[in-house]
Amino acid sequence: MAIRERLSGNEAVAIAIRQINPDVMPAFPITPSTEIPQYFSSYIANGKADTVFIPVESEHSAMSAAIGASAAGARTLTATSSCGMALMWELLYVAASNRLPIAMALVNRALSGPININCDHSDVMGARDAGWLQIFAENNQEAYDNFVQAYRIAEHKDVRLPIMICQDGFITSHAVENIELIEDDKVKAFVGEYEPEDYLLKDGEPFHVGPYAVSNYYMEAKRAQAEGMKNAKQVILEVAKEFEAMTGRSYGFFEEYRLEDADYAIVIMGSAAGTAKDAVDKLRAQGIKAGLLKVRVFRPFPAEEIAKALTHVKVLACMDRTESFNNECGPLGAEVKSALFDAGCAPKVINYVYGLGGRDVTVESITSVYEELIKIDETKETGAKYRYLSVRED
Amino acid sequence: MAYNFKEIMNQEERLAPGHRMCAGCGGTIAVRNVLRGLHPEDHAVITCATGCLEVSSFTYPYTAWKDSFIHNAFENAGATCSGVEAAYEALKRRGKVKDNYKFIAFGGDGGTYDIGFQSLSGAMERGHDMVYVCYDNGAYMNTGIQRSSATPMYADTTTTPVGSESVGKPQYRKDIVDIIAAHNVPYAAQTTFVQNFKDMHIKAEKAIYKPGAAYLNVMAPCPRGWRYDTPQIIEICKLAVETCYWPLFEVEDGKWTLNYEPKKKLPIEDFLRPQGRFKHLFKKGNEELLVKFQEEVDRRWEDLLYRCAR
Ligand SMILES: Cc1ncc(C[n+]2csc(CCOP(=O)(O)OP(=O)(O)O)c2C)c(N)n1
Repeated sequence: MAIRERLSGNEAVAIAIRQINPDVMPAFPITPSTEIPQYFSSYIANGKADTVFIPVESEHSAMSAAIGASAAGARTLTATSSCGMALMWELLYVAASNRLPIAMALVNRALSGPININCDHSDVMGARDAGWLQIFAENNQEAYDNFVQAYRIAEHKDVRLPIMICQDGFITSHAVENIELIEDDKVKAFVGEYEPEDYLLKDGEPFHVGPYAVSNYYMEAKRAQAEGMKNAKQVILEVAKEFEAMTGRSYGFFEEYRLEDADYAIVIMGSAAGTAKDAVDKLRAQGIKAGLLKVRVFRPFPAEEIAKALTHVKVLACMDRTESFNNECGPLGAEVKSALFDAGCAPKVINYVYGLGGRDVTVESITSVYEELIKIDETKETGAKYRYLSVRED
Repeated sequence: MAYNFKEIMNQEERLAPGHRMCAGCGGTIAVRNVLRGLHPEDHAVITCATGCLEVSSFTYPYTAWKDSFIHNAFENAGATCSGVEAAYEALKRRGKVKDNYKFIAFGGDGGTYDIGFQSLSGAMERGHDMVYVCYDNGAYMNTGIQRSSATPMYADTTTTPVGSESVGKPQYRKDIVDIIAAHNVPYAAQTTFVQNFKDMHIKAEKAIYKPGAAYLNVMAPCPRGWRYDTPQIIEICKLAVETCYWPLFEVEDGKWTLNYEPKKKLPIEDFLRPQGRFKHLFKKGNEELLVKFQEEVDRRWEDLLYRCAR
């Protein structure tokens, strides 16, 4: 029987980690992810997990040690946010290129400055080209479920890439919600043992990691990484299927909410999708064909599938919880537009920047986005294609 | 401790020949002699910071390392090695690793004194069972001889070039062994290539087998950066020790020991003169610089004697 609980997103993820009981966890505190290593340390201190926890002196060392541990053959993870992940930057690429299936519980928070501890996606979006799998959650349940699925995807022999399991700082990390936990033994059986092929501590077989590769080899290494990312699509779906068989909760690359016949739609990621669903319901009640697409998997980016789901939409808004400073759109917008272009379908697309540094996202503010989409359809005047939501302009 | 030179030197090499380090490179000599401190039956995982050593010994698809090896980045050999060591603890406890492993990290002075300093400090403070070895060639050699905080005062480097307004590096060098010793690790020591490698061998073995975090600072001359006649490397090391520029000492469980005291301390000029990077110090009008250099060497030597006499 599944276990009904009321938990914050951080505690839920910490419980998933306890259930998996990985080999090594180096971590460093930063709001809003700090609670994850705190909870987990208390599990270790009370004999509920026996992971080797490394209380490193920085996030840079957290990722460096994670790379060492993972290369040595250990199932490894860390948790961080914002500036912490930014400090890991160089090593994110090293982890991915060495094909190390490290898991990161990333609690999304704005990057400085001004220094701000609240949610946006500037941390994770900046790392979108680092070669990590990136999976987003709308609520605590999804954050937990995604973490339970993480190693199955990352460690799969056709993938072997590190994975970020993202949730929104404070909004899900600290808010307590109802949640259904899976029994410990079921999680253990689902995740299974980590059996890497080659690793530093393999008895009798010395192994070498991190060579200098000149121009006649470097590109093949990148090509091989890209292949892993490509293969990940299939694996993500297979793992989700098994997960559904165990829990009844179904996951894909994205969720379509009342999208099937929608004229007006938004593409959104993370916790704001929950608020947006309320807005959709309200508009539907008024007879307006509103819908939304919530991206769960951002890396690999399911471009074809997203385009297919959006072909019939008349006017679309891409909601980015980060700036990209290209004066055009955020990263989500850019990827969605590129997907639509390749699919040869062209709804009008407006790009919104919203929720930076924890700026409130409300049913009203999301409704105003749909209203603007409707206006564009009615007047046939697109106006500014790049807009800020809920911002003081003066 | 008995030291049988012939026996030690006849051990199987753990760093294979054929790597691309320069002829006469001190870094390579340091590595080979540290690895001789490993007992033949034990395995090791080597961590290496970016630098001359890494790029020249592990160029895909070749490796000169017979033991397991990981290079991560320039500034994080300490943390990387601590991750490997933690993995060993976890996997050993869970019955997934049977053999015995030792953990040795190598970094140049740039990767150790400067950019990798925090990572090293963290690893030492946490007390991982590992040895961090700095092959100190006194500059960033891989990128073309830029100064580091290990570069001696007045050295002519590409970022402290000697010119009409410059006499080379303005600052004294940092004493990293003092700083590591202040972490209260079980073992920190300084050595170089003298006495047929006896001092170095004893320290390497001790550092590797003493439980907990250990640090070894090895002066590893670089013929290109220091501009001495390449075959003179052993003579250069000897002069560094005999002038008390590079004292041989160790700090074991908090106790400072001077491992060698020259019978007659030689003037610092003897160490500086054979090296092109100090050529300008011997020009007319620069006598004062030599005096200053000598004063600093003397001050630090006295300080060391005091600590060792306590
Ligand atoms: C973060 C970062 N900064 C700079 C570099 C460039 N870099 C590579 S090796 C090196 C110098 C290495 O100097 P040192 O540690 O003294 O080792 P050596 O090359 O002298 O053996 C530098 C500056 C780098 N690889 N990474």
